[in-house]
Amino acid sequence: MGPTSNIMRHVYGWLLLTPAAILLIGFTHYPTVATVYESLFSKGSAIRPSRFIGAGNYESMMEDPIFWKVLSNNLWFAIGTIPTSVALAIGMALLVNRALPGRSLLRLAYFTPTILPMIAVANIWLFFYSPDIGLIDRLLGLFGLPGHNWLGDPDTVLPAIIVMTIWKEAGFFMIFYLAALQHLPPELKEAARLEGASRWYYFRRVVFPLLMPTTLFVLINAVLNSFKLVDHLFVLTKGGPDNASNLLLYYIYETAFSYFDTNYAATLTAVLLAILAVLALAQFFLLDKRIHYR
Amino acid sequence: MNLPAHATRNLDLADLLQTLAAWVLAILWISPLLYAFWAAFHSSEYAIHFNVFAPLTLENFREALSRAPFLRYGLNTFMLVTMLLASQLVICTLAAYAFARYRFAGSNVAFALVLVQLMVAPEILIVENYGTLASLGLVDTITGIGLPYMASAFGIFLLRQTFKSTPRELEEAARLEGCGMFGVLWRVYVPLARPTYLAYGLVSISHHWNNFLWPLVVSNSVETRPLTVGLGIFGAPESGVDWSIISSATLLSVAPLLIAFLLFQRQFIQSFMHSGIK
Repeated sequence: MGPTSNIMRHVYGWLLLTPAAILLIGFTHYPTVATVYESLFSKGSAIRPSRFIGAGNYESMMEDPIFWKVLSNNLWFAIGTIPTSVALAIGMALLVNRALPGRSLLRLAYFTPTILPMIAVANIWLFFYSPDIGLIDRLLGLFGLPGHNWLGDPDTVLPAIIVMTIWKEAGFFMIFYLAALQHLPPELKEAARLEGASRWYYFRRVVFPLLMPTTLFVLINAVLNSFKLVDHLFVLTKGGPDNASNLLLYYIYETAFSYFDTNYAATLTAVLLAILAVLALAQFFLLDKRIHYR
Repeated sequence: MNLPAHATRNLDLADLLQTLAAWVLAILWISPLLYAFWAAFHSSEYAIHFNVFAPLTLENFREALSRAPFLRYGLNTFMLVTMLLASQLVICTLAAYAFARYRFAGSNVAFALVLVQLMVAPEILIVENYGTLASLGLVDTITGIGLPYMASAFGIFLLRQTFKSTPRELEEAARLEGCGMFGVLWRVYVPLARPTYLAYGLVSISHHWNNFLWPLVVSNSVETRPLTVGLGIFGAPESGVDWSIISSATLLSVAPLLIAFLLFQRQFIQSFMHSGIK
């Protein structure tokens, strides 16, 4: 290539990138910066225009009990869903990774909830949880146990949502473990058998450590999902009762589109962005190292 | 005790227990969905009384369709998903080609900036993005629902990886035959990336068929509302609709994607796997 084509390389490169760049700047980079900027201004009204207040919104956020409530709910939601669904995913993958009757049907059963929209899942589970007439209360009734308003009680609403989310997500994580298991060298199993290692020992000391990169990948995605996934709240609880099931992103939605306080919503979004940035860094440093380690 | 060695192994108690566990878990896992099918095809008095001889009915579907325009919602979702995938394929192909084969000034920084979208999805930024859409006059349009997702970092990333692994010799051969920049892209890179396009397409379709929060914020009328948003309004507890009807509405909304998934299971699962191995 001659010198002119050398210049053209830059021109063509940027021209090809232009459509994507405009959209990405418009809907990812600009709004990220704008969020932080907006969070420094007070809520404007007809008589009092919005004005610069520095960290004012952040200070009132620190005193907002709902903010702390949704943040701790997010934490409990993550603690409740992630370890269980990852453990189940590993279990499912191990169960269907060998020859057994109906293997593809089994995989299908585990994976199908993943393909459904969260809204549909919430619709199905809403009936399971409804007091007295719901399926769970009917089952309890068979054993003479009293019914319960699962979604109406602040103590049971988050666990109820956690169970539903585990059902929805475990099968998704399973496929990554299945892929990883298929890449394990078969000699390992033979060696363990010859050494007389028990199945549990073989899993604990050989398989599980080798699955570590997959586990880290799945964990980070699961944490991300736990912050992004709020669709079910619209159908099941609207964040209630008394914010017992409210999550950060749902609170952002409420603040912006029900209370019309876009500046405070921007402040909350900035917190969410900070959390995501930390996760991105964790993914960058943890995940890459672990994969190159092997 | 005269069984051959392989037979005793087959009868291994641990294996048997594992198979049993796999089936119990599978039945437990699929039962909520089977239950939704049961409720949708039976009249509401059988919603909690299981009776094998209960008469099947399509009445719930008729009722759901008469109470909300699910066919229109379905058309909206179809238009959204099609338009979005078509634009994603074009925009991501061009950008990925630039990153894979044109070492232009600032390409590394630009690529890092593209990857930001993997973490900060457009629905996280609903507040600002709604403002942007309003200033463009695209609120309550299908284009508006799709626009923030048209440049997909994930698509650019996947295609860049694929394009990078295309042998340079093929490109040189095409150039000797007189292909220009777009000729090479269209005749060499795109055909060789077919599996990646399939994987990306399936992931994109299922993601946007099921997406809810952003479409909810943007759409405001029957003409733009996708299935998920229509279903969300329909199923809200305060609407007081009968359980069996909600079940059939739910099935109506998920049916196209679910049927596609059942038909092309392998491709779907492989695509999702592909999407994870970044």
